[in-house]
Amino acid sequence: MAEVTAAVVPAPSASGRVPGRAGGIGIVVEHHWRWYRRNWRATVVSSVLQPLLFLLAFGVGFGALVSGSGRVEVATGGVGYLVWLAPALLAMSAVQSAAFESTYPVLSGFKWQRVYHAMAAGPLSAAQIGLGHLTWIALKMFASGAVYVIVIAVFGGVTGPGVAVSLVAATFTGTAVAALVMAFAATVENEGSAFTGLFRFVVIPMTLFSGTFFPVDRLPAVVRPLAWVSPLWHGTELARSAALGRWQPLAAAGHVAFLLVLLVIGAVLVARQFRRRLTP
Amino acid sequence: MSAPSAVPDVPLAPRLLPAGSYAGRARMLLLRSATASRRTWLAFVSGFFEPIFYLLAMGQGLGSLVGELPGPGGASLSYAAFIAPGLLAASAMNGAVFDSTYNVFFKLRYARLYDAMLATPLGPIDIALGEIGWALLRGGLYATGFLSVMAAFGLIASPWALLALPAALVVAFAFGAIGMAATSFMRSWQDFDLVTLAVLPMFLFATTFYPLSVYPRWLQLVVECLPLYHAVELMRALTTGAVHLGLLSHLGYFAVMIAVGVVLASRRLDALLLK
Amino acid sequence: MSDALVQARDLRKRFGAFEAVRGIDVDVARGEVFGFLGPNGAGKSSTMRMIACVSPRSGGSLQVLGMDPGSDGPRIRARIGVVPQLDNLDTELSVRENLEIYGRYFGLSRRRVRAKAAELLEFAQLTERAEDPVEPLSGGMKRRLTIARSLVNDPELLLLDEPTTGLDPQARHLLWDRLYRLKREGVTQIVTTHYMDEAEQLCDRLVVMDDGLIVAEGSPVELIERYSTREVLELRFLPEHRPAAGELAGLVERVEELPDRFLLYTADGERAQAEVARSGLRPLSALVRRSSLEDVFLRLTGRSLVD
Repeated sequence: MAEVTAAVVPAPSASGRVPGRAGGIGIVVEHHWRWYRRNWRATVVSSVLQPLLFLLAFGVGFGALVSGSGRVEVATGGVGYLVWLAPALLAMSAVQSAAFESTYPVLSGFKWQRVYHAMAAGPLSAAQIGLGHLTWIALKMFASGAVYVIVIAVFGGVTGPGVAVSLVAATFTGTAVAALVMAFAATVENEGSAFTGLFRFVVIPMTLFSGTFFPVDRLPAVVRPLAWVSPLWHGTELARSAALGRWQPLAAAGHVAFLLVLLVIGAVLVARQFRRRLTP
Repeated sequence: MSAPSAVPDVPLAPRLLPAGSYAGRARMLLLRSATASRRTWLAFVSGFFEPIFYLLAMGQGLGSLVGELPGPGGASLSYAAFIAPGLLAASAMNGAVFDSTYNVFFKLRYARLYDAMLATPLGPIDIALGEIGWALLRGGLYATGFLSVMAAFGLIASPWALLALPAALVVAFAFGAIGMAATSFMRSWQDFDLVTLAVLPMFLFATTFYPLSVYPRWLQLVVECLPLYHAVELMRALTTGAVHLGLLSHLGYFAVMIAVGVVLASRRLDALLLK
Repeated sequence: MSDALVQARDLRKRFGAFEAVRGIDVDVARGEVFGFLGPNGAGKSSTMRMIACVSPRSGGSLQVLGMDPGSDGPRIRARIGVVPQLDNLDTELSVRENLEIYGRYFGLSRRRVRAKAAELLEFAQLTERAEDPVEPLSGGMKRRLTIARSLVNDPELLLLDEPTTGLDPQARHLLWDRLYRLKREGVTQIVTTHYMDEAEQLCDRLVVMDDGLIVAEGSPVELIERYSTREVLELRFLPEHRPAAGELAGLVERVEELPDRFLLYTADGERAQAEVARSGLRPLSALVRRSSLEDVFLRLTGRSLVD
């Protein structure tokens, strides 16, 4: 064997740095934004068109069926069905897209595309990766909600500037739901029936029984307590009182407190589950 | 090793089809699906509850805003009795479309399950029949469950409602066949937005939740062209007992859908799998 | 019936304007392990799919087990086993169910598949994982299960497309051992691979494919004798000491220049190394080894097999 003569060069110095707590979350958000810029068309159907169809079917179509009967005015407290329904649909579509965005995409991050693992190989912490994704979902919900508000206005469902508060309330509700669902999705190894069960047994009943389409008091008394634990009911109450200008300070404080507790629990669980899964 | 006695006896009728595309063993796919669904029983069972949640919420809650509606025979109907047949039709559509699009696409492109099956004596027609057959079996179970719930709530006005079960199977077959044909053209998951775009408007606008009279005339004509509209009309006539010969036209609509769907799906599967 | 299990004459496969297989003749005898060796895109997998009766041929003739895949597909498939390039196990079923249900596709009775599944689980060393889902299995285990599955109908002919691609060395050796056992039981095997060591290990006879054509045929030893020298001297240089290929040409029979090294073909590697030293060249490293199928391929096509 010949002699080995290695050339002497200076050792390379690494340029990587550890980001701060919020900075890391910002980096994760930026990652999702870059992906979204190329693929935003894929989400137009679910985030804008789907709520629009619900608005047309129930606000306009069903609204025409029931208008003038006197029954609706009793239920809505005097406003038209479309005006009464619109802010609730804003909350409902936020919760629906929150549930969707924090199930399959999260499992994909761990399992199929493994984006989270790629991020975790760098200096980002597991909690930053999870909470960054949650922040991104919240921002996106807010943006598509804003588009939806314009659509509602076009159909005559907006009566005043209070709808801006409805948008914030809807996004807040959606984020609380997204956090809880994301923490659950982080424990799922195999989609199997977990997500189908979640959608059919939790998300769909929640959208049907949370006072979106009709007041909760129209349900049998035994079922009504279900609405009280439903985050969507609290969000719907907030969004609706903001849009219609019917504030009841104590009730509103209660709704906000309930959603805030869910959001904090969700965020803590997200950080914990992401840590467990990414740093075993 | 000696040759096993596994050479299939190809039945006579399928000789009309391309050689080697049918081994007469589509039932083995039913066995496979039944075995697989034991593992995902929650998803399987949940399909039964979805239309029932809708019936309870909308029938009771929205019904309180509506009161009575005129039914197909002219007699007035409670809102729950009005939407129940609509939900039955919609759930037949949803189940069949889900099975024949998402599930088939996954098995075709990702799990490459059909490639594995084609390494056995099974052919593309066994696969198409087996998958549609499973969708029908499942749809039939859900429809039976839903009809029982309707009966328990007193939402069935006529013994003709018994025919709603076979009618649900016809509807599911038609949507399943078209869905499978459509799936064979899909390139990525993003194309499934188009499925949502076809199914959701039908669910919302094809007279499931309110009568056709709500729309202006031109929109009524559009809605009357939708397949789910025919399914809802058929179911509503059967569960309310307003049966007449004109209902056969709805069946004719589905017969055409089935014929087009099956021919297109088996041709496309042949071309995709045996290239 | 001829002795050949597979007989192809001027076999062709076209996809639109692209011709993947451009007229090949192949005879596979009962009991042998036959290999298709070549880089990705050489036409191996297309040929395998035609033999497996899932891809109609575009030209020429093909007989498998004495029958025509074009008209007797199901009958042929009933008697062969297929291990595809990518695992396509049924992820909705358990390990055992994968074997049992697959057996049912062949029309085997419940009793028969139950017994056969137990036997094959032993063969694949998966008895302890029998009731587990498929997904968490390691790559090697999945591969063994796929091979076990292909044996459920006691095939006379087994088609293996890239059987060990992506496996670690230990898993590959275990798999080779299983395939060797099958050979001793008389199962004819057709293997495609782009790994030289795999071809040398497994195949009695092989063809080298390149660009849709067969460029050489024989046993591994024959091919090496015919197309290469006994030994090879591999030389690496620092960029600043790297000589032109011409400076080495006079020293040995033949020189191949690769991006990172020179290959010097000669009957006596030690002596060639001494001459290199004498000529004043300063290689960073030098290695003498036996010729392999890799060298055969390089000689035949001017290209390296694994890129």
